[in-house]
Order: sequence, then C-alpha cells, then structure tokens
Amino acid sequence: MPSYRAPLRDMRFQLEEVLGIESLRNLPGFADAGGDLVAAVLGESAKIAEEVLLPLNQSGDREGCRFADGVVTTPAGFRAAFRTFAEGGWIGLSGDPDYGAQGLPYVLATAVSEMMISANMAFSTYPGLIAGAIEAISRHGSAAQKRTYLPRLFKGEWGGTMNLTEPHCGTDLGLLRTRAEPRADGSYAITGTKIFISAGEHDLTDNIIHLVLARIAGAPAGTRGISLFIVPKYLVNGDGTLGARNGVACGSIEHKMGLRASATCVMNYEDATGFLIGEANRGMRAMFTMMNAARIGVGLQGLALSEIAYQNAAAYARERRQGRALTGPAFPDQPADPIIVHPDVRRMLMTMRAFTEGGRALLLRTALAIDLAHKDADAEARRDAEDYAALLTPVVKATLTDLGFESVNLGLQCFGGAGYIRETGMEQFVRDARITQIYEGTSGIQALDLVGRKLPAHTGRYLRQFFHPLDRFLQDEMANPALKEFVSPLARAFARLQQVTAWIGEEGLKDPEQAGAAAADYLRLFGLVALGHAWAGMAKVAAERLASGTAEAPFYTAKLATARFFMAKMLPDTAALQARITAGAAPVMALAAEAF
Amino acid sequence: MKILVTVKRVVDANVKIRVKPDQTGVDLANVKMAINPFCEVAVEGAVRQREAGRATEVVAVSAGPASCQETLRTAMAIGADRAILVKTDVELQPLAVAKLLKAVAERERPMVVLLGKQAIDDDSNATGQMLAALLGWPQGTFISKLEFGDGVVTVQREIDGGLQTLSLTLPAVLTTDLRLNEPRYASLPNIMKAKRKPIEELTPEALGVDVTPRLKLIEMREPPARPVGQKVASVAELVARLRDEAKVI
Ligand SMILES: Cc1cc2nc3c(=O)[nH]c(=O)nc-3n(C[C@H](O)[C@H](O)[C@H](O)COP(=O)(O)OP(=O)(O)OC[C@H]3O[C@@H](n4cnc5c(N)ncnc54)[C@H](O)[C@@H]3O)c2cc1C
Repeated sequence: MPSYRAPLRDMRFQLEEVLGIESLRNLPGFADAGGDLVAAVLGESAKIAEEVLLPLNQSGDREGCRFADGVVTTPAGFRAAFRTFAEGGWIGLSGDPDYGAQGLPYVLATAVSEMMISANMAFSTYPGLIAGAIEAISRHGSAAQKRTYLPRLFKGEWGGTMNLTEPHCGTDLGLLRTRAEPRADGSYAITGTKIFISAGEHDLTDNIIHLVLARIAGAPAGTRGISLFIVPKYLVNGDGTLGARNGVACGSIEHKMGLRASATCVMNYEDATGFLIGEANRGMRAMFTMMNAARIGVGLQGLALSEIAYQNAAAYARERRQGRALTGPAFPDQPADPIIVHPDVRRMLMTMRAFTEGGRALLLRTALAIDLAHKDADAEARRDAEDYAALLTPVVKATLTDLGFESVNLGLQCFGGAGYIRETGMEQFVRDARITQIYEGTSGIQALDLVGRKLPAHTGRYLRQFFHPLDRFLQDEMANPALKEFVSPLARAFARLQQVTAWIGEEGLKDPEQAGAAAADYLRLFGLVALGHAWAGMAKVAAERLASGTAEAPFYTAKLATARFFMAKMLPDTAALQARITAGAAPVMALAAEAF
Repeated sequence: MKILVTVKRVVDANVKIRVKPDQTGVDLANVKMAINPFCEVAVEGAVRQREAGRATEVVAVSAGPASCQETLRTAMAIGADRAILVKTDVELQPLAVAKLLKAVAERERPMVVLLGKQAIDDDSNATGQMLAALLGWPQGTFISKLEFGDGVVTVQREIDGGLQTLSLTLPAVLTTDLRLNEPRYASLPNIMKAKRKPIEELTPEALGVDVTPRLKLIEMREPPARPVGQKVASVAELVARLRDEAKVI
C-alpha cells in the first residue's frame, strides 16, 4: 500500500517564506493566518489525510461505488471518514463566517486540499463538489438562498453538485437542452438528462443541492439562453427541515478507468422544482465566475497525485536493488545496488520532484491571487489580481494536469513491473490522474481559452500581470551572481514566450487556425515559463537563507539543486515548443478530413 | 471540579531520530515536534470529563521553552479551557518537572492532575509518581478507565499481570495509558478558538523551584545495527549456537 507524509515543510516554505502570507495580515481573514495557526491547521489536516483518508484510497478503488434502485452506496469507510471531515469543519475553511464558515484564506484551503487529494482523490471529490455549490450560491444566490443552503453545505450535512454536461453536449454547452418551465409560484419545472455528474447521488449526506444549467422556455439558443438553477434532492421547508423528494433521480453510475470511489451519475430531471439563481439567461456568466477556482482545483489534483507518486517512487528507488552504479558498486557487500544510483532513475525522480515543488509554488501563487482579487482593499490591486488569476487559470489547469499525469506515470515506471501490479497502488495514481486532463474543460480547451480569450482580452491587459512582474524580476536579479544560473535560462525562455506571443497575435489575426494549431504548444511553453519563474523565486529565497546561515541547510540546498535541474532539463523544452509553434498550422491541417 | 492536565512537547512519533555527532543527545534541530501521545490521551480524557459535566474546567500545563506554546494550543484545540506555560530554557528532568507541577497544583487547586504515564522521548515514566509523592496525594498510574464518584475516583490500571481496579480519594494524581481513549481530531473551529484562549506564563523562579539538572547524561549512542539473520541447517545447530554463541540458554 502506498504511504504518504504531508509535505508540511515545503508547504510552509511556500506559504510563509516565498509568498509571505504573514505580511498580508491586514486583509480580512488573514489576520488569523499567522505562523501558529497555519502550522496548526496544516498539521491537523495532515493527520486526517494520513490516518483517515489514505487507508481508504486503495480499498475505495477496489470496491468502487455501487448502484441499485436509484441509490448509490459509497465504499466501506467513506461515510465515517466524511463525518470526521465534515464535523471537523474543514469544508468551511475559507467560506463566509456569516454563514458559519471560518473565513480563512483560500490559499490555505488550497494547501489543505492538496493533502486530502494526495491521500484520497476520489474521496476529495465529494467535499470538492460541495465547495463548488457553495461558491455558486455565495456569489450569485439571493440572501434567502444563502441562508437556506450555505450553513448546511459548510457543515457537510448537505452535498452539492454541478450539472453542466448532457449526452450531446460537453465542451459545447451552447447545445444544452435541459428545459426550465416557469411556474406561477416563481419556481421552475426542470426537465432533462444530465450525464457524468460527480457526486450526483451518494449516501454521505442527508440532502444534495444540485446546481443545474437549463434553458428557460423561449430563451435564445446558444450560450446566451442558459440559466442556472438550484434543484435540491429533497425540497427544503420554510423552517429548514427536509420536505418532499424532488423530481430528480440517479439513473445509473459509470464504470470508469479511475476515480472509482467517486460516483459519476446520470441524473434524470422530471418536472423537478428548481429555483433560479442569479439572473435569467446569465447562467454561463455565473459559471464562468466560478470556473477559476474549479479549474485551479483540478490542476491541484494533478499536482497532489504527483506528490504522493513521487514519495512512493523515491522510497522504492532507495530499497529496490538491481544492477550496479556505473561508477562502481555503491554497496559492495550487497549483491546489487539500490536503483536510485542509476542516472535514469534519478532523471525520473528529479523530473517528478521539480514538477511537484514548482507546481505547488505556481498553484499557491495563483490561489493567493484569488484571495487578493476578493479581499484587497485597493480596487486596482483587486483588478490586477483578478487579471492574473484569469490569465493563469487555464495555464495552471492544463500544465499541472498534463505534466502531473506524466509525473505519476514516471512514478509507476520507477517501480518497473511492480508498478503495473495493483498491489503497489502506483497504477491507481495513473488511472486517477487521467481524468484531470479532461473534466472542467479538456487541456485543449484550456489552450483555446488562453489563446482565444485571455490573450486578447482588454487588448492584452491580462498578459501584463504576468509579463511585467517577470520582467521586473529578471531586471532586478540579472546582476545578482547568486542567481545568474537561474535568471539567464529563465530570461531566454521568457524571450521565446514573448516572441511566440507576438507570432500568435499576428498570424492568429490573419488565420484563426494558426492560433488553434499553436494553442496547446503555446500553453505548455507559457506553463514552463511560469514554472521557471516560480523556481527562480524559490531559488532566491533558498540562496538568501543559505547565505545568512541556517540550521536547515539540507532543505535549502536541495531546493537550489532542484531549481538547477528544472532550468537545465525541463525549461529547454521551450525551444522545441517555439519551433513547433512557428511551424504553423499547415502541417497539422494538410490532410482532408476524409483522409483520416 | 477542576482538572489540571500536563502536556509535553516531544519529537513527533513518525520522525526517525538521530543521535547528535558529539553524542550529547538526540538531534532536535528542525525535526517535527508534537504533543506527547500519552499527554494527548490525558487531554482527551480530561476534556471528556468536562463534556460529560463532571469537570468544570480543564487547565493544560507545560514546562519548557517558548515553543511549548504550540503544544499548549494543541491541547486547547482538543478542548482544554486555558493553559499555563512554565517557561524555561533549562533542560528539565522528571524531578524538576514534578516540583514545578506541584507548585502549579498548589496555585490552581485541582481535584485531579492527569498526566501521560511517560513521554515518548526519554520514556522516564517518573514524573506522575514523583508529583504524587511531593503532593502527598494518592496516585493511580497507567489507567485505562476512570470513573468519578463522590469524593473518590475509581480507576482501572494496566499492570503486568492484567488489570487492577483502585478507588482513590480525591484529590489524586492519575497517569494515562494509551487505552484510556482514542483522542479526537481537533476541529477547525476549535483550532481557531484555541488561538484566542489565554496562556499564562510563569517561571521556575517565580514558583520558587530550582530546576538545575541533577542527573548527568554521559553519552548517547545509536543502538548497534542488527546483524542480518542467519539460516541454520538443523534444530541441533540452532540449540548449539544459542548456547555457545548467543549464550542465551
Ligand atoms: C469522471 C468524470 C466526472 C465528471 N464530472 C462532471 C460533473 O460533475 N459535472 C459536469 O457537468 N460534467 C462532468 N463531467 C463531464 C466533463 O466535464 C466532460 O466530459 C468534458 O468537459 C468534456 O466534454 P465531452 O466529454 O463532451 O467531450 P467533447 O466535448 O466531445 O470533446 C471531445 C474532444 O474534442 C475536443 N474538442 C471539443 N470541442 C473542441 C473545440 N471547440 N476545439 C478544439 N477541440 C475541441 C476536446 O478537447 C476533446 O479532446 C465529468 C466527466 C467525467 C469523465
């Protein structure tokens, strides 16, 4: 069975030493987030992840969810674990204190989520979907809707879902058919079929609050005619007690490659009572405002699985003995050396490590931007942070899930044949990680979002929030001898990013297929530069700590070594990506569709 | 009824400890520290008495450097109402701790002092017993059950031969075994509340206690590495080697 120790030291390094969240004490919610509390919160959630959730990960995968007569049963132990998690108040970590949550920073909630996902990604989808429902209702609900639903969702007494997908519409939500007929009492009758709905039905909570996209009778076609509705599984009486069963039922659950303990449901709505949330025909906009957090949450899944895969691969590589070190036996008294002596195994472990720690830095930085976008006292700072988060969201989502999948796959590879065997748990990480590249918008769609929406938005305003600070960092540190080895390669990669950005701007304007064909490579190049920026920032802190003397020299020395690996072995991919992008769309589109 | 519960800050049970190169002790630089697991059981035991309405207040006390505050916050996140830190950077030995606790007990006047039976760092298993002797109170050590009656507490002790039940007159000193309870996970709201609960700071000087170490640690060494196991060809060889080489029979 895989083991897991929450990476608390690295999390505190990132939160406190790199991001300096202590210096944000003047922001609402951050006043409490001083060192002691951060340590206590991370420490206790680490215990829950390691002791409660991890032991259910493999068993949950084997058992899966069961479906009979419209009822979904989660694997053994899930109910008790969910109670522990919910009663501990963890769902409300960063929510609104007016409705019973704790109001702590989202960036701290993100670190806590990482641990939960590493330990048991399937389990984490249930509280994850509750967080989605909370976000929707907090942002767009009426005061009465907030009062009715938020406190119970924060407590984990009720579950939540997001119902977008239908059999004929996944990426292209404009095709959506689920209907909403207005009723005399102001509610709507919702009818239609949704598929692939995570946590659509389960036995963890007394009620489930579905958020459903549907089209009001007579609304325009396409995305401009879609509205968002609250459809509770059990209607809620005026006094908050549960009333009649609503007209929504789970028709079946999917049998999946991975994430098997998370119920993926077909949901049938038949004259179900729904309540409009936000304005009519503005449902897609409401969805978009929530999408940053949801997509960053999926990026986090790629990162979190990479962390646990790395930990187990590193442990295995120190134990498994095969072959001899190329420089001569490292353990002459043993019949063979541990495989960690082999450069190719090191390459795999370093790639995983450089991705995981760099990814964590990038992700937490983006999560902090979401906090600042909500909470900064200064309106301009809020807008800047919002721009940064909007720009980086597709980059984080696709980069951390695509590279995260590669990373867990490397973890399996370190195990050799044992990695392919269920027992070790490594193949489960690969199966579980695979969905992250698909849901909440495929990686391809993230790339189009970046190139088609985020780059041109407000004549390139978003881009400035990434380019300018990076440019400043490079200017400031160019002459710093301690950082030269990090700054120079980063500057070269950044120059490539600027060149391809200009290329796409020009060529894409003339021919949209140029932009479309370049999008995925462009996003990856962007992602590598963003990871490089994160690594250079970490290297700066580590070098400063080492220069001023520290009892933790091994920790900071390892940071610098990993930063060097990233710059030397991963960032150079930007050169190949630049060549691919500027080769244009013609090689991609050369064959006629009939030729495939 | 007030319960005074003691907590010690120790190396986290999951850390693989190393002896310092100069063999003067365990290397504690930057290792993860945590509440001693036996103390955690004691805190949980005390808090359950308060939740059941039998205790009115639970006061956590720790002696040691400023960093013990974090451990006291852990105790308060489980549910202790307030805390006392006897702050000192002197290395504390069991007798010194017992004297400090006696002084605190005389100020606080609890009905029960609840301690872990030992701390997982040096496994002394001595402080509770010494404290009872210093206070002149009855003691129940290694308890796995407790029940309060009128002016008495009945405890079940884990002893070598099985279980022993004792009835003690209050006030009393109790030390817990791991089987007394399974400590809860602190809830997030309680972790946040713990931040606002008061920690009173005292010093050994203010309590009139001399904490100068009386025991001297001469040298600390890693236990010798276990040699790899060996296969024997027959029972006769096994017996012979146990007798001649291992000298155990
Ligand atoms: C386990 C699981 C859980 C899920 N949970 C939920 C949930 O809780 N709620 C929910 O609403 N949905 C959920 N989904 C659905 C998920 O979000 C969709 O599957 C996903 O958005 C992709 O849509 P699709 O499957 O229809 O693929 P399609 O849209 O058919 O895409 C197929 C391929 O075409 C590409 N493509 C499509 N359109 C374009 C385009 N315009 N340009 C370029 N390429 C394009 C895609 O990138 C993809 O590679 C879940 C799915 C799974 C498998």
